[in-house]
Amino acid sequence: MPAPEQRRIIFQHIDEPGYSNDLACYVKHGGYEVLKQALTRQPQELIDEVKKSGLRGRGGAGFPCGVKWGLVDRKSGKPIYLIVNADESEPGTFKDRYIIHQDPHQLIEGTMISCFANNVQQAYIYIRGEFPHGARILETALAEARAAGFVGQNICGTNYSCDIFVHRGAGAYICGEETGLIESLEGKRANPRIKPPYFPAVLGLYQCPTIVNNVETLCHVKYIAEHGGEAFAKIGTPNNTGTRVFCVSGHVQRPGYYEFPAGTITLGQLLNEVCGGPLPGRTFKAVIPGGSSAKILRFGERFKGKRKVGADLVDYDWGVEDVPMDFDSLGMIGTMGGSGGVIVMDDSVNMVEALANINAFYSHESCGQCTPCREGSLWMKKITTRMVHGQARAEDAALLKGVADQIPGRTICAFGEACSWPTQSFIAKFGDEFKQYPETKKTKAADSRVLV
Amino acid sequence: MSAPVAKPADLVTVNIDGKEIAVPKGTNVIEAARLVNVDVPHYCYHPKLSVVGNCRMCLIEMGMPAVDPATKAPIIDPATGKQKINWIPRPQIGCGTNVSPGLHVKTTSPMVKDAREGVMEFLLINHPLDCPICDQAGECKLQEQSTGYGRGYSRFIEQKNVKPKRTQLGPRVVLDDERCILCSRCIRFSKEVAKDDVLGFIDRGSYSTLTCYPGKELKNNYSLNTVDICPVGALTSTDFRFKMRVWFLKQTNSIDTETSVGANTVVWSREGVIYRITPRRNDAVNDTWMADSGRVLYKQVQAADRLTAVQINGNDSALDIAVNTAAELFKAAPGAVAVVGSGRSSVEEQFLTKQLAAALKAAVVLVSRVGEGDGLLVSADRNPNVRGALVTGLISALPSSQPTGLAADIDAGKVRVVVAINEDLAAAGLTAAQLTKVSVVYLGTHKNATSDAAKVVIPTLTVFEKSGAFVNQQFRLQKFLKAIPAVAGATDDLVVLARLVAAAGGATVAGDLAGVWKSLAAAVPALGAVTFANLPETGLLLDAAPFAALPFAEGATLHFKPTAKA
Repeated sequence: MPAPEQRRIIFQHIDEPGYSNDLACYVKHGGYEVLKQALTRQPQELIDEVKKSGLRGRGGAGFPCGVKWGLVDRKSGKPIYLIVNADESEPGTFKDRYIIHQDPHQLIEGTMISCFANNVQQAYIYIRGEFPHGARILETALAEARAAGFVGQNICGTNYSCDIFVHRGAGAYICGEETGLIESLEGKRANPRIKPPYFPAVLGLYQCPTIVNNVETLCHVKYIAEHGGEAFAKIGTPNNTGTRVFCVSGHVQRPGYYEFPAGTITLGQLLNEVCGGPLPGRTFKAVIPGGSSAKILRFGERFKGKRKVGADLVDYDWGVEDVPMDFDSLGMIGTMGGSGGVIVMDDSVNMVEALANINAFYSHESCGQCTPCREGSLWMKKITTRMVHGQARAEDAALLKGVADQIPGRTICAFGEACSWPTQSFIAKFGDEFKQYPETKKTKAADSRVLV
Repeated sequence: MSAPVAKPADLVTVNIDGKEIAVPKGTNVIEAARLVNVDVPHYCYHPKLSVVGNCRMCLIEMGMPAVDPATKAPIIDPATGKQKINWIPRPQIGCGTNVSPGLHVKTTSPMVKDAREGVMEFLLINHPLDCPICDQAGECKLQEQSTGYGRGYSRFIEQKNVKPKRTQLGPRVVLDDERCILCSRCIRFSKEVAKDDVLGFIDRGSYSTLTCYPGKELKNNYSLNTVDICPVGALTSTDFRFKMRVWFLKQTNSIDTETSVGANTVVWSREGVIYRITPRRNDAVNDTWMADSGRVLYKQVQAADRLTAVQINGNDSALDIAVNTAAELFKAAPGAVAVVGSGRSSVEEQFLTKQLAAALKAAVVLVSRVGEGDGLLVSADRNPNVRGALVTGLISALPSSQPTGLAADIDAGKVRVVVAINEDLAAAGLTAAQLTKVSVVYLGTHKNATSDAAKVVIPTLTVFEKSGAFVNQQFRLQKFLKAIPAVAGATDDLVVLARLVAAAGGATVAGDLAGVWKSLAAAVPALGAVTFANLPETGLLLDAAPFAALPFAEGATLHFKPTAKA
């Protein structure tokens, strides 16, 4: 079956020749018309459209956006804040960066519509510290939008006022976790908060109700406000509506970002047809389908079970290539759609070394607040680093699994899962390779570069 | 935590390891479990600090009774005939979970055991395990809980993290960062209780390091509380470290005498030597805190200027001779004796002081000692027991800082003998000339201008060498107990006072604690039902109403608000 055509909604103008990130170009392409139109509607109507759309958050967890908005405490009398999570740090993910760099006004328009729908008077764009250029672009775009009356006081001549500020992070992955982000925005160390009681929808930024949405999610809101929730829900598959941007990196012929209706393309179509298959003379070995914290898939393994199609339960028997790229299907086979970062590894990759790399990242990024993640992530890194650069033992595989099993579900935030799932899945899928690694090392020179 | 008495409506019934208990709303699971004698191990949680849930040691299994989502009817488990419990598949933190009606908790299930073993292993992998040279050994939560809940072996063969050792955080606190388990209790204490936000973590992940902010020092008067609440040996007291193993020390309940707050304390001693003083929890007085300044008071016991010999006119003598000499002085100056009592004496001593004054028909003067309160545990009144003097009737008005009346009487020749009980008259404002005009009988612990000038000096005991009671600013009667034997040469204040009463021609009074309390109960209606033995550890609140109109010096402190002055 040939791969479907790309359908670019969010990335409509990305890489379009002649398209620039200034206001004039955006307005020429019909920009801010949706905002003007949205301001004439009732806020609740917009919320209902988002609920109808079935839009799921694009940051990684896939939580329904309409439900998130519905949880906001609107009776507290406190101001409601909206935060744009532009702390795109998950290894393998690079979609928000392109929106910010090439189409910042799309994000600003989506944000303003969401702010209006939720009666927000103050929004923040929290952008990761490693995106200085993106921050400058956003500042310029915001200044333009403010001057043109799309942001700030009396937006488009209405009574509605809302300002957006850009806040740069200081370079920490954990700031992508929404309560860590809120702490950081408040000027503190980005230690995620315990939930309960600190659910952002009730006790978020400055202890006020707060909505934290991903960049891509808010761009989808703009599309929903323009075309309606039902039209959006028709794209993709039920419960996995709209388009998804896949960021494919690693050992394929044409890595890059591709936007498809969710669930309409399989992993095999994406990698083999869209991305041109493996590099010459190589074969695919493994793929991480949703950012580096998602569980790895091994080419050749099969997934069997029953799944819902409409009202019926049907059997499925998939290879890795057959898995539809949507939240639910990837969830069913034990991994996740996550942030859409597809990391491909071919047969040249040694899995122990790949895991050592991932572990180095997570141990560096653990905030250090709670014990299992703080100690576990560094321990796993020390083990895999030792295996690669020092003495590897056959029993290290079992030890790694033992350490990783003590982390998820016992931490304050989802980082515990993020740092332990790679180890758990690498050992589960490639345990033989870990056990053989002491032998492998005898004939294979280790990478001369020592990991951080 | 002694929760406030709750109305039945505010009680929530929970089930902990099969035991049902009703606890007040808002109680967390650790405290609820404590009420049924179930230990939920924890490090970061402290009942008097905010909850951060970062150590993950208190992970337990929780569940709620199952109800049909549509009808809200309970779902009954056919196997047991009881309502089914929906157990949450992941362990939850006990510190951050408040009780809710019907909450079920398992603290011994395999999931909980596994979680605890995991956390213990993680906490120990980068810990130096230097217990043999660590001051915390013996009172270390890491030791206790690894014994109680750990796996008993380590799988860690990597290099441990290296962090700073022996960082002097302030004048009284030393930090060993390698021992630190990053529970953040000290940070929260500094911020929330001491209101001196100087501590924080730098670096990330397992390399996180506790430190003072640049240019700051942990030097506030509450810094040693961080040592008390440190669950491991990371923060140690400069004064106490390397001095004594804690398991050799005897603990005696006492009261901090530096101010009228009356912080409850524990005196740690061995073989007659005190090594440290730590706070004792009293939720109505000092929570679990005390000021640093109160912790060094034990040093007065063995101070170089301690009085250790009865003296008459500067020559060593004996108690019998001293009492006889006093009796002669009293006899030679009928109606011309003044008694200077003390707000630092115990209730019992003040009661005997009153008897002495009555026998001598002498006026009683007390010296006030007022400083600046810090709003926490150091109050403005630096006398621990002015209210005791009011309750026993030794005085009826508050003392003034200058005994001007006494000075005038001395100058006028109306007073020729002064009995000074642990008060330095020179410090209180009498001139050297005035002191030479009178014969002073001095009862006290330390050498000063008055003892130098006194005709008769009788060494008495510090608070650590005797038992008694104080009435603090809340009118709470609190007892302190004898921690160590008296230094040689000093005599119990009660014995001395009883003998002086006799020397003054008064009725025979008891000079022992039980005896004094018998007469106290008879003489003071407010203390009618009290004996020293039945006085609760947490004190007994007396009726403050009779003294409500007095202009007390104290401002607001922890658990104390001054009554509005007219």
